[in-house]
Amino acid sequence: MTKSSVRRRATGGQTVQIEALITTTDLEKIYPLGLTTLKALDRVNLSVERGEFVGLVGPSGSGKTTLLNIIGSLDAPTSGSAEVLGRKIESLSHKEAAKLRKDHIGFIFQTFNLLPVYTVFENVEFPLLLQGIDSSERTKLVMDALEWVGLADRADSKPAQLSGGESQRVAIARAIVKKPEIVLADEPTANLDAANSHHIMKTMVQLNKELKVTFIFATHDEKVIAYLKRKITLVDGRIAKDEIREKPARTAGSGRKTRT
Amino acid sequence: MQLLKLALRNILGAGLRTWLNVTALSFSFVVIVFLQGFYQGMNDQVERATVDALYGGGQYWQERYDPYDPLTLESSHAVIPPQLQPLVERGAATPILIHLASIYPEGRYQTVLLKGIDPSQEVLSIPSSLLKPTGGLKGDEAGIPALIGSRMAKSTGLKKGDEITVQWRDIHGTFDARDVTIMDVFRTTVQEIDNEQIWIPLGRLQQMTGTPSQATLMVLNKGLQPPGTVPGWEFKSLDFLLSDLRALVRSKTIGASILYLVLLLLAMLAIFDTQVLSIFHRRKEMGTLMALGMTRSRLIALFTLEGAFHGILAALLATAYGIPLLWYVARVGWELPEAMDQVGFALGERLFPVYTPALVLGTALLVLIVTTIVSYLPTRKIARLKPTEALRGRTL
Repeated sequence: MTKSSVRRRATGGQTVQIEALITTTDLEKIYPLGLTTLKALDRVNLSVERGEFVGLVGPSGSGKTTLLNIIGSLDAPTSGSAEVLGRKIESLSHKEAAKLRKDHIGFIFQTFNLLPVYTVFENVEFPLLLQGIDSSERTKLVMDALEWVGLADRADSKPAQLSGGESQRVAIARAIVKKPEIVLADEPTANLDAANSHHIMKTMVQLNKELKVTFIFATHDEKVIAYLKRKITLVDGRIAKDEIREKPARTAGSGRKTRT
Repeated sequence: MQLLKLALRNILGAGLRTWLNVTALSFSFVVIVFLQGFYQGMNDQVERATVDALYGGGQYWQERYDPYDPLTLESSHAVIPPQLQPLVERGAATPILIHLASIYPEGRYQTVLLKGIDPSQEVLSIPSSLLKPTGGLKGDEAGIPALIGSRMAKSTGLKKGDEITVQWRDIHGTFDARDVTIMDVFRTTVQEIDNEQIWIPLGRLQQMTGTPSQATLMVLNKGLQPPGTVPGWEFKSLDFLLSDLRALVRSKTIGASILYLVLLLLAMLAIFDTQVLSIFHRRKEMGTLMALGMTRSRLIALFTLEGAFHGILAALLATAYGIPLLWYVARVGWELPEAMDQVGFALGERLFPVYTPALVLGTALLVLIVTTIVSYLPTRKIARLKPTEALRGRTL
């Protein structure tokens, strides 16, 4: 498969090699803004390991979505480097970036972005169609994904017939159906009520645990933050704080908040 | 294959928007086929009628004969040549003698062509048998029997049974005049045997003008091979004789083409508009597809195919209602208004369109190609779209 970056971490006097899926080095993103410019990311150095459950947290305009887009190869940095699954994002062609997304990255959007003319089944099936997986295998994988999110009985529904929570669960199923290494979720609970937000987050925690998928969120929603195992706070395009929480405030199985 | 399925799924899922475009396009498709078939039918019908009534299987013209110069008529006749005489005797060719004459219908002076034709001929579809003497009367006793067409009757006010004085010059240039009796007024679609013409028996015209055994032109039976070069006579093939007519039909067909091009352009505008709107209204969808890993080239191909499918669906829809409709019109014909008699060539009262597989398939191909091109043009904009910009697009 892909070559991953390797970094070393000191644990209890021993140095262990840890597989880093994502590494950014002095990452900068500058947008032209009329006659001036806006620095959305400022020398961001970051490393994310396989199986992490990470949140990019910060106020609006802090650079969360920009960083998420660069990691997802939807955008390229102005300077610095972003290495995802061994590929340098800044040097990928459109086609290579599309292949990286197709094979290894799942996306979950704030507004769900389901294809309105497709059924739930077809929406979830779409990434597999792009991968050229055959029909019977596709059906099995789609139904498995819908089972994970608890929507197997809504396979024939159209997005317009779903609630917000159900739509986002379909989007999660679509993101994980191809069993990607990384799932990037941009404000996944912003359009959901509290009950649905918790339901969604529990689903993702469960998937992270069972499938070992790396989740990276861009969020400022406290409900999401409560589930994070690692919280990276961005302020004005810079990493202000990077906290690893051995025990998140909430977990897939918990119904009450716990202190870290 | 996968893109085809996705494109089909997308346009069927788009519902009313798709069907409005497809209906408009199918309408253009049927109209194009109808008009083309109409003009093909007109072409066939005009040629058939003109060949039957006027040109036969080709003509020998006396070498001085020029149909566009009436002044040559006084000298453009000669004795039927011996090479063609056997054809006349066995009914495979018929001689026609033409002279200039004058009549005075309702006190007006009018120049006419006095045409002599053998009453027994069967080469042309002119009802010349009506010129045969009836009631046992012969020669001057019966007067000179004459036939005119309905247009000639209308312009002169003549009707069956009327007598009219005809004045002509004989071979020596001497004026002479006689009364002719209108035996019948025939209806024909071929104006060249009708307008300003009076048909009388060939023998009588030869006698009146002092040109015994002479003719201006010889009409061969259809399918007859011309016997070769005849001194003093020029053979005019059917292709030559029909060339003016074909040019006229072609010019009318080009006129009609403008109409169906306008229709096609309107339908294409609808497709183009749909595609342009798709680019702007479906930006977020495009961004999603890019995020899911679809390459730009495949995205362009998908949207172009969606447009092209409009052409295919239009062809299918047009087949559903167009075939019964066009078949019915081809069977019962299209009734032509009175004014169509003035178009300059032989149209009947009903026109029967002719639809060939080449015409239908050619039109389908044309619509498909043009639809694909107009779908592709706006879709190229996708190539300039960044995934992040597309994802920030308007709601789906």
